[in-house]
Amino acid sequence: MTLRRRLSDVLYVRPLLLLSLLLIPPLLWLGIIYLGSLFNLMLYSFYSLNDFTGQVEYRFSLSAFQQLFSSSANVDIVVRTTLMALVVTLACIAIGFPIAYYIAFYTKGHARTFWYLMVLLPLWSSYLVKVYAWRLILAGEGVVSWFFNLLGLGWLLQGILSVPVVGGPSLSNSYLGMFLVFTYIWLPYMILPIIAALERVPKSLIQASSDLGARPGQTFRKVIWPLAIPGVAAGSIFTFSLTLGDYIIPQVVGQPGFFIGQMVYVQQGTAGNLPLAAAFSVVPVVIIAIYLLIVRRLGAFNAL
Amino acid sequence: MPGKPSLGLRIAFYLGMLFLHFPIAIIVLYALTTEDRTYQFPPPGLTLRWFGEAFQRQDMWAALWLSLQVAAMATGIALVLGTMVAAAMYRFQFLGKDFITVLLILPIALPGILTGIALLTTFKRLALEPSFWTIVIGHATFCIVTVYNNVVARLRRTGYSQIEASMDLGADWFATWRFVVLPSIATALLAGGMLSFALSFDEVIVTTFTAADQKTLPIWFLNELFRPRERPITNVVAVFVMLITFLPIVLAQWLTRDTDDLHGGGKTG
Repeated sequence: MTLRRRLSDVLYVRPLLLLSLLLIPPLLWLGIIYLGSLFNLMLYSFYSLNDFTGQVEYRFSLSAFQQLFSSSANVDIVVRTTLMALVVTLACIAIGFPIAYYIAFYTKGHARTFWYLMVLLPLWSSYLVKVYAWRLILAGEGVVSWFFNLLGLGWLLQGILSVPVVGGPSLSNSYLGMFLVFTYIWLPYMILPIIAALERVPKSLIQASSDLGARPGQTFRKVIWPLAIPGVAAGSIFTFSLTLGDYIIPQVVGQPGFFIGQMVYVQQGTAGNLPLAAAFSVVPVVIIAIYLLIVRRLGAFNAL
Repeated sequence: MPGKPSLGLRIAFYLGMLFLHFPIAIIVLYALTTEDRTYQFPPPGLTLRWFGEAFQRQDMWAALWLSLQVAAMATGIALVLGTMVAAAMYRFQFLGKDFITVLLILPIALPGILTGIALLTTFKRLALEPSFWTIVIGHATFCIVTVYNNVVARLRRTGYSQIEASMDLGADWFATWRFVVLPSIATALLAGGMLSFALSFDEVIVTTFTAADQKTLPIWFLNELFRPRERPITNVVAVFVMLITFLPIVLAQWLTRDTDDLHGGGKTG
């Protein structure tokens, strides 16, 4: 018997050996490099920075969290980021649902592949390029202003921009602009899971509902929407979590007010305060964990 | 299902689609504008001049080359590890399977900044200098799940009976792998690999943390964003980058046609 044959037989009669051979390398990678790093990051949030030397002191301390929560500016950052993530998620549902609904129920064959690809392409085209495109569109002399002026509605845009908090010197320097960009960038992440959920709605249920005398609106509310909720919840995990962690969009389009991601970036870099950066990055983990617990009840994990 | 889409639904659908594609059209338009100082719309004139100027930038080519190398290396690692874990998850029932599922999804479900800073703090602690390899490590970590998703979906469709038949007919493990399994998952591997490549090629957040002064194309692009003088070059490179990412996606979609949906998973963020 050749060596190859013998080895093959051993693997066949000892599936456990085969399983470990298959699993060990990927588990070492994800378990040690990735999980280990995350664990190390969590540890850093319990270290402190020596005020004199500026070096990290590897001793248990809650000073990073103290620093985080004692400053109202820091708390503002957390609140601002979370609110933005919630609003963006709601907007993505509002815009994404009709698109998903149309594709799932009113297209088939080649047309369906085409529209599906039309959702996929913006998802996969370069993230930075898309953000940059919005900078062009929202700029003071850009497309949006031009369009408003064309309709003679320049005063309306000025009015919106003068609203405190939402507005700013131009759309590309306002929370409103930032909201638009976030919504745009994450929208496909919402559409795809909703399509998947709606495709699983049995057509017979809808027929039965209308046979029993329900109006289309009633069928939607009582049959289709409840079955779509897992998809909506799955999509919201992406839109919510991605908004919480992003720091490029607030940097390229937006107000001077910081977001969590920017704060992590600045604290680890120029400020050189790794423990505070680590404490800040624990915040989205906790928020996402709470969020996941909520959406799990809506069946989000079956629709991912 | 109601017979015909209502007018309101059709309007919402087409407006939504317009919203999704308008910015991409704008990028192409701006790459051709003659205006080089402001974001003026509509463009005063159209020209191809900036393409020539952009392609003469050596630093752009260097960044592109680095990105291609990183993406190729990260994809290679992800292909091997992703296929291994897919084979294990498909073939065996074992304790801790759910844990592995979570472990695979985590790098894309958590914001990229977490992966980035987690790796950075760990490299610092281990006194590892940021290098080409630290970038590759970061990228491969979130590419594994893309390959895994595609391969495991294909394996589930293929079924185990073919493998058993091959072994019954006297083929050993290696022959079965070479002549039965590999051909049936080949396109899934190719699709997963291309998606990984595109994912890595476009990644900016994790790279910011794991690179020292190396500039991948997205990092180079991000730096250019804040240099208003080079605006036309930025516009051209934007189109260029988009074309390079589009191609693998369309190819991957074509490769998995009639078999299963594209299992992309999350992307940047």
